[in-house]
Amino acid sequence: MSSSTQSADTSVAASIVVDAPIETAFRVFTADIGSWWPSDHHILDAELTEMVFEPRAGGHVYDRGVDGSECRWARVLAYEPPDRVVFSWDIDPRWQIQPDPTRTSEVEVRFTAEGPQRTLVELEHRGIERHGEGWEGVRDAVGSPGGWPRGLAAFAERLTASARGPLS
Amino acid sequence: MAYAPAALDALGDPTRRAIFERVAERPRAVGELARELPVSRPAVSQHLKVLREARLVLDQAEGSRRIYRLDLAGVEALRAYLDGFWNRALASFKDTVERQQQETP
Repeated sequence: MSSSTQSADTSVAASIVVDAPIETAFRVFTADIGSWWPSDHHILDAELTEMVFEPRAGGHVYDRGVDGSECRWARVLAYEPPDRVVFSWDIDPRWQIQPDPTRTSEVEVRFTAEGPQRTLVELEHRGIERHGEGWEGVRDAVGSPGGWPRGLAAFAERLTASARGPLS
Repeated sequence: MAYAPAALDALGDPTRRAIFERVAERPRAVGELARELPVSRPAVSQHLKVLREARLVLDQAEGSRRIYRLDLAGVEALRAYLDGFWNRALASFKDTVERQQQETP
């Protein structure tokens, strides 16, 4: 198997062109992440007050709840405004925080100016297979339909609901 | 990983994708899916067979019914999730950044 095939099998790519300058696109993606991140896609138990994207390599991305709780779900691995940002995806297949960094994937986002008011945003979520260890255990845990993890079921429900409703 | 091309083909069909999303939401029986979608029961069964062969879903007997759920052991199931998630997230991002852009020209 070639590395490109393997890469294709274990990563997800998505891209979009936005009518905005590259600096704006980068700022909204990072500092203003809470303004566009699907509002019901959080694994915090408490109601969300804000999302924080710490603007430096070594920082974190985290959600903060009304009760003061925090959910650090990503580590900022590269922060290169306005061209590139890379962060880890420390969420396991059960949609719980994965504390072991060797079992997390990563998301790279590249910004390319296509004009003064136009930016290509390319996203690659790679290393998805690294979440794989423990999947057998997860599968055993959900052996009965009623045993389906609450978090994943709730997440999926919201995902489906948001797919049906308008994006705003 | 050998299953990935089958999984991509399987999710290329909009009806199968709709079935996959509902099974991802929570485990479901064939009859339930047939009621919710404008597709006959035999057609739903056929789509589920393709999804099962692509290792996107598992089936399990429960009494006289077969219950279908996501096959979390398949990398592809998580991939399909994330693919859907990021496409929606980026669409939301585009709306937001362009709205901000209009407000602050």
